[in-house]
Amino acid sequence: MKKTINIKLNGTDHSVEVEPRKLLVHLIREDLSMTGTHIGCDTTSCGACTVLIDGRSAKSCTILAIQADGKEITTVEGLATAGGLHPLQEGFKENHGLQCGFCTPGMMIRAVELLGKNPNPTESEIRWGISGNLCRCTGYNNIVKAIQYASAKMRGAELPSTEPEFV
Amino acid sequence: MVAVVTGKDLEKYNLHWMPTLMSDTQMVLPTDTVMYQAQEVAAVIATDRYTARDGKEAVRVEYEPMTPVMDPYKSMEPGAPVLRPDKPGKTDNHIWHWEAGDRAKTEEVFKNADVVVKQHMHIPRIHVASIETCGCVAAYDKIENHLTMYMTTQAPHAIRTVIALVAGHVGLTEEKIRVISPDIGGGFGGKVPVYPGYVIAIAVSFLTGAPVKWIEDRSENLQADSFARDYHITAEMAGTKEGKILATRFKVLADHGYTDASANPSKFPTGLFSIGTGSYNYDTAFMEADAVYTNKPPGGVAYRCSFRVTEAVHAVERMTDLFAKQVGKDPAQLRMENFIKKDEFPWKSPTGGTYDSGDYHAGLEKAMKAIAYDEMRTEQIELRKQGKLMGIGISTFTEIVGAGPSKDFDILGIKMFDSAEIRVHPTGKAIARFGTKSQGQGHETTYAQIIAEELGIPAAHIQVEEGDTDTAPYGLGTYASRSTPTAGAAAAVAARKLRDKARKIAAYLLEVSEEDLEWEPGKFFVKGAPDKAKTIQEIVFAAYTNHPQGMEAGFEATHYYDPPNLTFPSGAYICIVDIDPETCEIKIRRFVAIDDCGNIINPMIVQGQVHGGLTQGLAPAMYEELIYDEAGNILNGTLMDYLVPTAVESPSWETGHTVTPSPHHPIGAKGVGESPTVGAPPAIVNAIVDAVSHLGIKHLEIPVTPYKLFKELKKVGYFK
Ligand code: FES
Ligand code: FES
Repeated sequence: MKKTINIKLNGTDHSVEVEPRKLLVHLIREDLSMTGTHIGCDTTSCGACTVLIDGRSAKSCTILAIQADGKEITTVEGLATAGGLHPLQEGFKENHGLQCGFCTPGMMIRAVELLGKNPNPTESEIRWGISGNLCRCTGYNNIVKAIQYASAKMRGAELPSTEPEFV
Repeated sequence: MVAVVTGKDLEKYNLHWMPTLMSDTQMVLPTDTVMYQAQEVAAVIATDRYTARDGKEAVRVEYEPMTPVMDPYKSMEPGAPVLRPDKPGKTDNHIWHWEAGDRAKTEEVFKNADVVVKQHMHIPRIHVASIETCGCVAAYDKIENHLTMYMTTQAPHAIRTVIALVAGHVGLTEEKIRVISPDIGGGFGGKVPVYPGYVIAIAVSFLTGAPVKWIEDRSENLQADSFARDYHITAEMAGTKEGKILATRFKVLADHGYTDASANPSKFPTGLFSIGTGSYNYDTAFMEADAVYTNKPPGGVAYRCSFRVTEAVHAVERMTDLFAKQVGKDPAQLRMENFIKKDEFPWKSPTGGTYDSGDYHAGLEKAMKAIAYDEMRTEQIELRKQGKLMGIGISTFTEIVGAGPSKDFDILGIKMFDSAEIRVHPTGKAIARFGTKSQGQGHETTYAQIIAEELGIPAAHIQVEEGDTDTAPYGLGTYASRSTPTAGAAAAVAARKLRDKARKIAAYLLEVSEEDLEWEPGKFFVKGAPDKAKTIQEIVFAAYTNHPQGMEAGFEATHYYDPPNLTFPSGAYICIVDIDPETCEIKIRRFVAIDDCGNIINPMIVQGQVHGGLTQGLAPAMYEELIYDEAGNILNGTLMDYLVPTAVESPSWETGHTVTPSPHHPIGAKGVGESPTVGAPPAIVNAIVDAVSHLGIKHLEIPVTPYKLFKELKKVGYFK
């Protein structure tokens, strides 16, 4: 038996009929065609599916679509504005923070909440902060750098160098 | 729900078995026997994934239990159940035997050596676990008799040929197949093989005329897709008591699961394992390997490693440390004394390779300086006095990549060249297409830079495309760090062909002879008259609007590059670990990686590759292993218990480089993507062993977990 739910996805209101068992990530990707949110596992381990639900990051593979009824959801597609890239997107771009890019939407969405709560995190706080998100390509160094860059940009602080550092 | 497909259904079309890349055979769906726990037994086709799941629940399978063979050594014993009775005349589980080097000479050296060290080690079964799993959409058009296959593959052209070989008999011939590999979410070797899901999707689309999508969930990916490694190695090193290495001998037992589905070049069943003589100057070695079937998933793919190089490097770098310990020498000093010197290249290794170039001393010196090696050794002595456990580990490895010269290297008979095609449009902007396929390695940037450098067109004006077999020139794909060594070289050679043509056109336009022209990036000018010049853009425009009569119009070139040799990148890695003396928690304090991949095209991309490879080296060293029980059950088939390192386990990597160009590569590049995965595990394990060596521990098997370390420390009486 299907149920009608109302959600706001990246600023647009949607009223959709869903099966109660449908996962939020499938609603977003398949019914609402926002495929920036990815699926990397079936055990809530990888974070590729991370979205913001009313401003809090959550793994959309582990939430039923009907639980999002009445909520506001932001995915990676909602980060950039008419003014340009979100500071996190700019940070990832400038610091080579992605390789295949599969983990990147989830990483950036997770970092939105991280920086919202802790605008100037230490390296260790960043590493713990993204420890629910797996990346297989980058070894995380440049993801950390990208988040530090975004943190500086959002605070209006001096931007760190984006040049690779060699010993 | 649309349909349920079984092996019997596929058998009608002779599609129930398929060839592996190693010319073995693999079931698409079984008709009578299931060979391992997570094997596909039936396919449910539905219009959405939830209905398909419901359908899956409704499938009933009746199993008659058999005795599984899980231990490769037991698989070799007489009387072991024969796992592949489908193979005519097969009476045991042995797949192949391989050897390299000189057995008799090696025996002789070992017999007379002052010092021999011997160690058994297992390089466990692991999984690439790219964050995107494998999947496809097979779209067969009945009217056109044409298949478009969108899929996550690292080797689109090879896959097209394989599909034609498997399905040609039902009318799907190669010109009717288009494989498109769009942006894919990591590969690391796991997206080279053909998996049953692809074949089933094609078969069902062929029968129904509807597009069919198959996408794995993570557990299926970990439990059923190709594994990597699983080599049991008995390694020995012989030398003098002064610390000169004289010979090595490795004996390998390779567990391939129920079929050999490796992705190695055809003539190399152990891949490039023969690199295992390492970076050291000695002339005697012998290696042999036997492969066997067990009731585990098939495979033997790379895990971000050039064909079986990680296994070989782990063995030689562990043995070098064991030997250093035995003769009482510092492992750095022993390595320095045994390195092949930079003027001894090209170096012929005792197992048959010809190393192109290297400067191993420079790399290790740089790494030792960066990590302050001598101070670390002093600190270690201090810490030991306080009962603290700290270790320093080194790995100085030689990689072997860029397969490969076509005289030796092929996959299913197709030679391992690779290709580039450059088309420069009249307005000076270009599109370049390649037979390789990036999975995040940044080919779009690197290739554009190579062409820009050779042709003087800004990199931003060059569109790079890969992954569509209808448009890209034929190539063998991206794996084994081969893209820059092969397709990157093809880009340079194709661009040089265009530069030659540009010179002719410039001579015509400037009304001088070709010899009177000089090139500087972006233009030809008349010697001694630099303002008499034509820019590359003017020349290209003329190629379409005003080309010399008798010359072919247009400005395009293609090159299929067949490398004269492999390339041999190297690295010197040093790792410092601190171990909690009570909980055995292992912390990497620092890790310095100095890589030599020849000339560097884009430092940011190279560094990114090194970072990623290091974390994938850390993974098998300390976290990852696919574990099976004796009954054949996989014990950690999800990402909850198969431990891919997060940003917390992964340290802040420190990287650097030395540059020893490859003498035979057109731009002196060697390839880098996998070096760190190859080099990191022994550096980490050597550091951990070093931290506890004074307590009587000589060796630790990977992954070195706190619990494993605790048990070993208990054995030597450290814990009561
Ligand atoms: S797909 Fe949601 S955590 Fe992996
Ligand atoms: S960039 Fe590939 S998984 Fe993170």
